[in-house]
Amino acid sequence: MTAPEFEHGVGGADSAREAEVRAWLATLPDPEIPVLTLEDLGIIRWVRSEGDSVTVGIAPTYTGCPATEVIEASVREALESHGVTEPRIERVMSPPWTTDWISAEGRSKLAAYGIAPPAEATNSKRALFAPGETIGCPRCDSVNTIRVSEFGSTPCKASYKCGDCLEPFEYFKCI
Amino acid sequence: MSLSRDPGGMRFAYLLQLGDNALILGQRLGEWVGHAPELEEELALANFALDYIGQARALFTLAAETEGRGRSEDDLAFLRDGMDYRNVLLVEQPNGNFADTLARQFLFESFYQIQLEALAESSDTQLAQLAQKVEKEIRYHLRHTAQWVVRLGDGTELSHQRMQHAIDGLWRFTGELFSANAVDHWAAESAVGPSPPSLQRPWDTLVDEVLEEATIARPESGWMASGGKDGRHSEHMGHLLADMQFLQRAYPGATW
Repeated sequence: MTAPEFEHGVGGADSAREAEVRAWLATLPDPEIPVLTLEDLGIIRWVRSEGDSVTVGIAPTYTGCPATEVIEASVREALESHGVTEPRIERVMSPPWTTDWISAEGRSKLAAYGIAPPAEATNSKRALFAPGETIGCPRCDSVNTIRVSEFGSTPCKASYKCGDCLEPFEYFKCI
Repeated sequence: MSLSRDPGGMRFAYLLQLGDNALILGQRLGEWVGHAPELEEELALANFALDYIGQARALFTLAAETEGRGRSEDDLAFLRDGMDYRNVLLVEQPNGNFADTLARQFLFESFYQIQLEALAESSDTQLAQLAQKVEKEIRYHLRHTAQWVVRLGDGTELSHQRMQHAIDGLWRFTGELFSANAVDHWAAESAVGPSPPSLQRPWDTLVDEVLEEATIARPESGWMASGGKDGRHSEHMGHLLADMQFLQRAYPGATW
């Protein structure tokens, strides 16, 4: 796993304030997979505060993910509800978000919800004809699964079905 | 970056070239929604489109900031005339049949991924960071796209014929990918982006590998069409824009 820790002390952020703001955001759900929190997804990258203003750095999952704006609005709203007068959001492009940043808790929540969690990112650049990873069925744990499509209902998912229990399921694809 | 650090508007123009490729190809892919041969492929093409529109938004946002004249990403997407778009001719070509679309996708994405790998090392930090992110998305697409070139090329007699015909028909638009205009020269000289001719060899290697696997003959490189990067587009562009811009032209300022 290459999950970088949440970046503490960005722009000289005060650690008590940082912890307070993170606690406010800890329970916010992902709008498309509400069983996951933003914290589970690993997209809250840092918190910076000066006086009354608070800036939160958020890493988008996919550049075109429509959830990005909903997430930003929910963070802004949470900050305002705690009295922050100038909530600001910054999109953090680098390092780019990877599924490796999803927490262990997030991975088990995904499986319990019926979405197979991502395999570890391979990062091989030229794996054009590489065989697909073995994905376990989140319902019966069988590895006899068939990829139906490399794409799914949201940019982050692919579609599979289980060859044993025959249930279709989604796989949180790995990037 | 302020306007004073963008002498001659070169950074703006370079970001537009990149953003317009993404926007126009995203629009073309979106035209498949409701028409794809099977549901799974419709999902794939719609996902591709979504990624491209997302990339266009990010690039136009940077371009609009660079220009510093109060235009927004939406203004850049919807309120320019045909000759102000700087995309390559390849991405504006009509969808045709499924093989034509996948061939266009493959010929472009095999180039785009190599371009993005170079842009990830750009001296322009914002562009480099964006390219690192986008490269991962395109790498995922390209695997799917290349597999379809092989599946159709090395499939039935009819699917082979259609893929060969598609590659033959689109080949004349590939030369423009590797030709450099004044903006590309500026980018290469300032280490903002790669010199397009330098991408030709890695592209040849990648394309040859896939075409061979697909039993598709590589077309002879003859006359190449160009002009898109300088605003001279094919007749298809106007129709595409009429469709894409209709809402903002008919109801200026309309929002969701």
